[in-house]
Amino acid sequence: MKVLVPVKRVLDYNVKPRVKADGTGVDLANVKMSMNPFDEIAVEEAIRLKDKGVTEIVVVSIGEQKAQETLRTALAMGADRAILVTSEEKVEPLGVAKILAKIVEEEQPALVILGKQAIDDDNNQTGQMLAGLLGWGQGTFASKVELGDGTVTVTREVDGGLETDSFPLPAIVTTDLRLNEPRYASLPNIMKAKSKPMAQKTAADYGVDVTPRLKTLKVVEPGKRQAGIKVADVDELVTKLHAMGIAR
Amino acid sequence: MTGNLKTLVWVEHDGTAVKDATLAAVTAASRLGEVHLLVAGQGVDGVAQAAAKIAGVGKVHVADDAAYAHALAENVAPLVVELMGHHDAFVAPSTTTGKNVAPRVAALLDVMQISDILSVESDDTFTRPIYAGNAIATVQSSDAKKVITVRGTAFDKAATEGGSGVVEAVASQGDTGKSRFVGAEIAENARPELTSAKIIVSGGRALGSGEQFHALIDPLADKLGAGVGASRAAVDAGYAPNDYQVGQTGKIVAPEVYIAVGISGAIQHLAGMKDSKVIVAINKDEDAPIFQVADIGLVGDLFKIVPELTGKL
Ligand SMILES: Cc1cc2nc3c(=O)[nH]c(=O)nc-3n(C[C@H](O)[C@H](O)[C@H](O)COP(=O)(O)OP(=O)(O)OC[C@H]3O[C@@H](n4cnc5c(N)ncnc54)[C@H](O)[C@@H]3O)c2cc1C
Ligand SMILES: Nc1ncnc2c1ncn2[C@@H]1O[C@H](COP(=O)(O)O)[C@@H](O)[C@H]1O
Repeated sequence: MKVLVPVKRVLDYNVKPRVKADGTGVDLANVKMSMNPFDEIAVEEAIRLKDKGVTEIVVVSIGEQKAQETLRTALAMGADRAILVTSEEKVEPLGVAKILAKIVEEEQPALVILGKQAIDDDNNQTGQMLAGLLGWGQGTFASKVELGDGTVTVTREVDGGLETDSFPLPAIVTTDLRLNEPRYASLPNIMKAKSKPMAQKTAADYGVDVTPRLKTLKVVEPGKRQAGIKVADVDELVTKLHAMGIAR
Repeated sequence: MTGNLKTLVWVEHDGTAVKDATLAAVTAASRLGEVHLLVAGQGVDGVAQAAAKIAGVGKVHVADDAAYAHALAENVAPLVVELMGHHDAFVAPSTTTGKNVAPRVAALLDVMQISDILSVESDDTFTRPIYAGNAIATVQSSDAKKVITVRGTAFDKAATEGGSGVVEAVASQGDTGKSRFVGAEIAENARPELTSAKIIVSGGRALGSGEQFHALIDPLADKLGAGVGASRAAVDAGYAPNDYQVGQTGKIVAPEVYIAVGISGAIQHLAGMKDSKVIVAINKDEDAPIFQVADIGLVGDLFKIVPELTGKL
């Protein structure tokens, strides 16, 4: 059984984003880029399912040429094969989902595991869109994934707690933070990953129109909070809280 | 500003009452134009009646069927798509249900969703946070129909009384068989819900264990009538359940007062609480980033401070 894992190259989560002075976006020049953390969790989950009937893991990234670094990371973690789809233009979740739907047609995976959210644009859309386009079930925000006989059962992190749903295969899963702790690639595995296959494609190869539907008119910094005061002890804190009308 | 669009708003409910998140979505939708609601579920008569009373609501579409009992996206999306035949915009609150359903609807309508809007600038232009709220983008949609999710803290809540919507039943689209509800562990919580609490006390990794988290945070929250939140680190370590997580990838809150106890203030945490009116931070490290956003900071050991504070309030 084959699993497809889409991975996105994003600004590393430890880097503080800086808005460009001309208001066109966030500065990505000369800053550390990494695999979207939720996608690391997705790759890790696919690897863990290898003991449970998964035979091949294919990773896909859509973006610029440099996304191949991200794919190599996934290969070093334990994925088997990679597909890089390059595009000059930034591809929105709808376009990404359409390209992924074409790849699914070709590859026929039983499961596609995505991150729940890319931490750059914070869209939280692609997995649900892909499921809609394919007419598949969607186990979103997963904190537990169990493969059964022709089904996948997913425990989902929802607002009030946890919900468990079951989906016939093939299906979509999107990962939440508590699903697993991704491994670090070992040096030998990083070396081995260099010779794993990576196919190069373009968005045009799939006949998908990726013209953006959303135009970014401007990007600004949010209003800054002023740092306030420090109080010396609990008594002073209580006085301040009381002055604000709290716990009176 | 009120536009000319006919909007369909997803009503988030628990089977008996309309959830607060819906009310912010109604306010956002009313900026676009006429507001219609969709109540989907099983045995949701009461919810529909309550929804019809929300101020400014025109029509309430009610789909009452077992297929909608758990708001499974696979079943709900075709229903929404059907109704979107005569609406211009689908508006859902940024709840886990809204986030699950809306993108599926968007894909079926061939529309790019606008996630988590902070404001309506015109009927095609919106602002939204990106990079954990470290940047705010203004985006313009060229799609004929709009699919939007709404950040609850960014809009006032519509009044729950004063409306006189017309309730209308809509036919079920049936069960697609693409998903099945197995069960849920929904915490019974006597405390205020995080997204609508006026005061929140949140605990971080520093609490050290689930026992200490409850022993220290709960009494303080009870004294204040506050909701209880947590950092990711505290949730990951099992000190608090997942639905307590505040942050970029957890809940977005903006209470009158947010008290952060033993939380460092990583950008992913700040993303979820920095719009709180007053932020109080208790941390033993005077250089902790949380103090850069805190209105009132107290440097010291939480194991001493918190019990003393609870006692003196
Ligand atoms: C993709 C991604 C998404 C994320 N999403 C979220 C999210 O939604 N929400 C979130 O919160 N985090 C999120 N994080 C995690 C975030 O980066 C931080 O790791 C996390 O917020 C840290 O939690 P903390 O402040 O409790 O722990 P720490 O950073 O370990 O801070 C503990 C603090 O407690 C203080 N302390 C220790 N002992 C005491 C004492 N006795 N008395 C007083 N103070 C003490 C320390 O000085 C320190 O400042 C995310 C990370 C990633 C990669
Ligand atoms: N350009 C991309 N290439 C590969 N995967 C992507 C891309 N964009 C989004 N994804 C996948 O979709 C998930 C959700 O992203 P988003 O909907 O943009 O928040 C990510 O965690 C990835 O798994």
